[in-house]
Amino acid sequence: MNNLIAITWKETKAYFVLPAAYVVGAMFLVLTGVFFVFDITLPFAEAGIRGLVEWASFFLIFLAPLLTMRLLAEEQKLGTLELLLTSPVREWEVVLGKYIASLLALLAIIAFTSYYTIVIYVFGNPDTGPVLSSYIGLILYGAAALAVGMLGSSLSSNQIVAAVLGTAVLLFFSFINRVAAIVEGTPAEILNGLSMNTRLTDFVRGIIDTSHIVYFLSIVAIFLFLAIRSLETRRWR
Amino acid sequence: MIEVKNITKYFGTFPAITDLSFSVEQGEILGFLGPNGAGKSTTMKILTGFLPPSSGSVEIAGYDIVEQSLDARKHIGYLPETVPLYTDMDVSEYLSFMGRIRGMSSESISTRSEEVIELCGLNEYRASIINKLSKGFRQRVGIAQAILHEPDVLVLDEPTIGIDPIQVVETRQLIKDLGHAHTLILSSHILPEVSMICDRVIIIHEGQIVAIDDPANLGTTLSGVERVELEVKGPNVEIIKELERTDGVQEIERITVAGGAYHRYHITVTLGLDLRAELAKVVVNNNWELIKLQTLGMSLEEIFLRLTLDED
Repeated sequence: MNNLIAITWKETKAYFVLPAAYVVGAMFLVLTGVFFVFDITLPFAEAGIRGLVEWASFFLIFLAPLLTMRLLAEEQKLGTLELLLTSPVREWEVVLGKYIASLLALLAIIAFTSYYTIVIYVFGNPDTGPVLSSYIGLILYGAAALAVGMLGSSLSSNQIVAAVLGTAVLLFFSFINRVAAIVEGTPAEILNGLSMNTRLTDFVRGIIDTSHIVYFLSIVAIFLFLAIRSLETRRWR
Repeated sequence: MIEVKNITKYFGTFPAITDLSFSVEQGEILGFLGPNGAGKSTTMKILTGFLPPSSGSVEIAGYDIVEQSLDARKHIGYLPETVPLYTDMDVSEYLSFMGRIRGMSSESISTRSEEVIELCGLNEYRASIINKLSKGFRQRVGIAQAILHEPDVLVLDEPTIGIDPIQVVETRQLIKDLGHAHTLILSSHILPEVSMICDRVIIIHEGQIVAIDDPANLGTTLSGVERVELEVKGPNVEIIKELERTDGVQEIERITVAGGAYHRYHITVTLGLDLRAELAKVVVNNNWELIKLQTLGMSLEEIFLRLTLDED
């Protein structure tokens, strides 16, 4: 537990000290801001954050792996992983500690988007339920995206490769429902079930379905598990 | 303190080390000597639990490095060859992180940090970002983190590589001082360094131990070759001819002497034979004047070359 806290603390501090998180955060806010403005300036625009969350989730496909790419890739590149793993530290403590730090960074970035929500409350009369459920959905989506990014980072000592791997997997899990649209029956159900976007849509509509929560948490668990395993096998290679 | 039994490590089908066994007593400084690619770093990585051996076992302070890895790792301080450091941290921040992941309490971290900073001569650099430090000071930070938690076993992989000569001297002295408090394994491909610091030396070549002994003994008994220095007054050509005829003489090298009143030869003889009496007889029987006759210990460099260059 002590190790976990030490690693989380170190990485959280690194996010605040290093420019990368600021750049990613700024990109995220600029992009979501621009599309937020497009959405609410449409004729008959609705007073809600549906568009905001959908765009935000799309940008997370690219930005979440940028947040996580450094975490394990750099340790491998610098060789500090060797010192970390010859200290009395377990692999899962390393992965989980770093993951929690990235989650905190993402939550901080997402917190800034509440500015848009406030704007909507000031100038409109949105339905609070869907606003809250949308945010829950977005955070779950982000948590899953970061876990996928962690796996990418564990697989390569090159940060670019790590980020691209994460984005590729996320694109698959997000847009697999587009394939579901052209097939029928059970395959379509399976593909829809796999899709992160299909799940998010329900949250945006104001539905909090336990199965969706379980789905996102499972993605987190599976990808963190794979990242831990990949770190373990790195020694055996 | 350290028990290594028959460890072998394969990378694919290539054996990086083959059937290494040795043990290190508490408080001993063991040197691991070998040319690049001999398997030194691989052995260090196995000892510290970073790589598992393909077969064989390693025990650190009574704990198996694979089966009881966490317990074993608590007793190890390790400086890898590449001196990996978090380059964006400052020195004291780095040390406190390394202390925390080794389970040290905040109080002991702060007192020990001060001690190791003092010991490693990092006083002026405690708030410097590691990125900005020179190679020599990074090396010291690396050593500082290795001894921070007062480990029983200290493993230093090529601790003086790539730093300037003055810092090398200081680093060696530092390591020597550390040896009193820890069981220390040090790898190097620099012979004087090992003979200066270590109580015992293991010479490793192509993944196998070719010799284990203390640095002084390595010069004679284990070298496989012994040499004799001979100084004679007499006709050079005939002397060489006669000496070559003696059983056990492998090679005669003539050393130029200023003045030239006598000749000096370095004679390589077969191991285990003390040819001094024979050589004296040869000289005396030919009525030359014997001026000096003594065995020469080989320098570690020579032993090293003899042992590790495949004999032709």
